[in-house]
Amino acid sequence: MKKYTNTGNKDTRSGFGDGLTELGKTNENVVALCADLTGSLKMNAFKDNHPERFFQIGIAEANMIGIAAGMTIGGKIPFTGTFANFSTGRVYDQIRQSVAYSDKNVKICASHAGITLGEDGATHQILEDIGLMKMLPGMTVINTCDYNQTKAATLAIAEHHGPVYLRFGRPKVANFTPEDQKFEIGKAVQLTEGTDVTIVATGHLVWEALQAAETLEAAGISAEVINIHTIKPLDEEAILTSVGKTGCVVTAEEHNFLGGLGESVARTLALNTPAPQEFVATQDTFGESGTPAQLMEKYGLNAASIVKATKKVISRK
Amino acid sequence: MSDNKSLENLVTQVRRDILRMVHKVNSGHPGGSLGCAEFLVTLYNDIMKLNDGFAMDGKEEDVFFLSNGHISPVIYSVLARRGYFPVEELNTFRLLDSRLQGHPTTHEGLPGIRIASGSLGQGMSVAIGTALTKKLNGDNHLVYSLHGDGELQEGQIWEAAMYAAGNKVDNYIATIDYNKKQIDGATDDVLPLGSLTAKFEAFGWDVLAIENGNDIQAIKDGLAEAKSRTGKGKPVCVLLHTEMGNGVDFMMHTHAWHGKAPNDEQLESALAQNPETLGDY
Repeated sequence: MKKYTNTGNKDTRSGFGDGLTELGKTNENVVALCADLTGSLKMNAFKDNHPERFFQIGIAEANMIGIAAGMTIGGKIPFTGTFANFSTGRVYDQIRQSVAYSDKNVKICASHAGITLGEDGATHQILEDIGLMKMLPGMTVINTCDYNQTKAATLAIAEHHGPVYLRFGRPKVANFTPEDQKFEIGKAVQLTEGTDVTIVATGHLVWEALQAAETLEAAGISAEVINIHTIKPLDEEAILTSVGKTGCVVTAEEHNFLGGLGESVARTLALNTPAPQEFVATQDTFGESGTPAQLMEKYGLNAASIVKATKKVISRK
Repeated sequence: MSDNKSLENLVTQVRRDILRMVHKVNSGHPGGSLGCAEFLVTLYNDIMKLNDGFAMDGKEEDVFFLSNGHISPVIYSVLARRGYFPVEELNTFRLLDSRLQGHPTTHEGLPGIRIASGSLGQGMSVAIGTALTKKLNGDNHLVYSLHGDGELQEGQIWEAAMYAAGNKVDNYIATIDYNKKQIDGATDDVLPLGSLTAKFEAFGWDVLAIENGNDIQAIKDGLAEAKSRTGKGKPVCVLLHTEMGNGVDFMMHTHAWHGKAPNDEQLESALAQNPETLGDY
C-alpha cells in the first residue's frame, strides 16, 4: 500500500492565505473581503500587498456577501473570508438569493470549519455547512484536506466561473499532498489501492483515513482511500468504480451525517449499485469546548473510528 | 433630456401595463409599482446614462438595482418600454417558463436585471459592491438603488448604510420609496421607522427629500440635486415621498393594494383613468 509522508504540520487556512497572496500577484481581478477576521483567515499578506483590493467589511457578514455579489458586476472575482459558521448559516439567504440564484462569481472561503475549531465551542463549530451549501443549485462545494491542497484549490477556484464554497480549518494538521499536485474541481484523488473496503474521506478526515488504512493493512484488510475534496459536483464515477471493486464503503467527514458527504455518496450508490455503508461523522449533535484532538476522539472523527466502521461495514457485506 | 409630456405619457402607459399584468395572473404587487412609476420612468429615460443593449457587467454606464423586488411589474414595464426586451413579453408575467418571474431574477436571463431581489434588504449591499467595482475600474458612472421604506426594517440595510458612509462610497444614490405603508398596514403601526433623515444622516449619508415623488418635474429636480452631491465623500440618500397606488383613485391612500390584483370591473375603472398612450402590449 502506498504510504504518505507528513512534510510537517500546517494549517489549511494558511494554504488559503498563501494561495490568495499568489492570486493577488497573478490575477488583478481578484478582490478580498473580510469581516473582521483578517489574521485568522491569513489574509494579511494580500491586504498589505494590495490595500486597494482588500475590503474590511467589519462584523457584518450579510453585507459582505451582498457587496461581494455586487462586485462581480464589472468583472471582479471576490473572495470572502470569515469563519465557516458566519460564512454559511448566518448568511444563508444572502448567499441563496444574491449569489447562487443570481449566479454570481463569488468565492466564499470559510475557515475554522467543523469541530476542530476547538475551545471556542459549539457556537462557532458549524457541522451543517456542507449540507447548507450543497443544497444550493449551482454551488460548488469544496472541503480540502491539508495545506498544499487548500492552496491549490484557492488558485483553482479563481479560474472557475460561478459560486464556490471553499471549506477549511483552524488547526495545524499533516501536510501530505504533493506541492505540485494540480487541483481539479470535481475530480477525486485516489490515495491508496485496496480490495476490501473503500474509504471516502474529505477535509481533515483524509489523513485520518490514511492512518486507518495502515492499521487495517496490519490486520490484513486492504483499504482503498479516496480523497473527495469536491463534494459537489461529486466524482460519482470514482466512487462507483471503487465500490464496484470493494463492495462496501466508509465515508468520513468532520460534519453531521445529515447533509454531508456521506449522504451524497449514499445517494450515488442507491441510484447505481447499492452497497453497505458506514458513516464516520458527527451524530446529529452540537460540539463543545475542548482541544481538537480531544474532540475528534470524543465525537468519533479519527482513525480509530474509521477502523471500527470499516470492520463493521465489511461484516455487513 | 426628455420633456415632461412624453414622460407623462410613458407613465400612463406603464400604469396600464402594471394593471394589466397583475390582473391577468391575479397576483403581483400593483400598489408599490404604481407609486414608483414616475420615479422609474424618469430615472431610466431622463437621468441615467445607459448604453445601448444590455451587458451584465454594466461597464461605462449607470447601473440600477431594484432592492424591493416585489414591485417587479413596474420595472418590467419600464425596461420593456426602454427597449431591453419586447413589450409583448409583458404578457408572460408570472407565467410558467417566463423570464418575467414574480420577483426579478437573472436566472432566466432577462435583459436589464443584474441581481435577483425579493427577499428584502439585500440590494443596498449589492449596489455598494458594484459602486466599489466602478471605482476600481476607474468608471465614473453612478450606481442607483431603490428600496421600500418597510424594507428598512431589515438589519442588513443598516450594515450596508454604515459601510457606505464609513468607506465614502460617494458614487451611489439610494432612493427610499417613502410611502409609509407595508403589507400589514402603516409603517408607523407595524414598526415605526422614526426619522429617516436623522437616521441616514447619523450614519454619515447626505440626505435629501423629494416631497412629491409622483411629480416628474420634482423627480427631475431632486435627482439632479442628488447627482450634484455625488463625488463628495458621502453616499446620497433620496427620500422619495410617494403615494402607493398612484394614478388609480381607489388604490390610493390605502395599503390594501400592496399585493392584490384588481378584478375585471376594477381593471376597467383603473384603465379608464389611464387612457392608452403608447399602445398596449
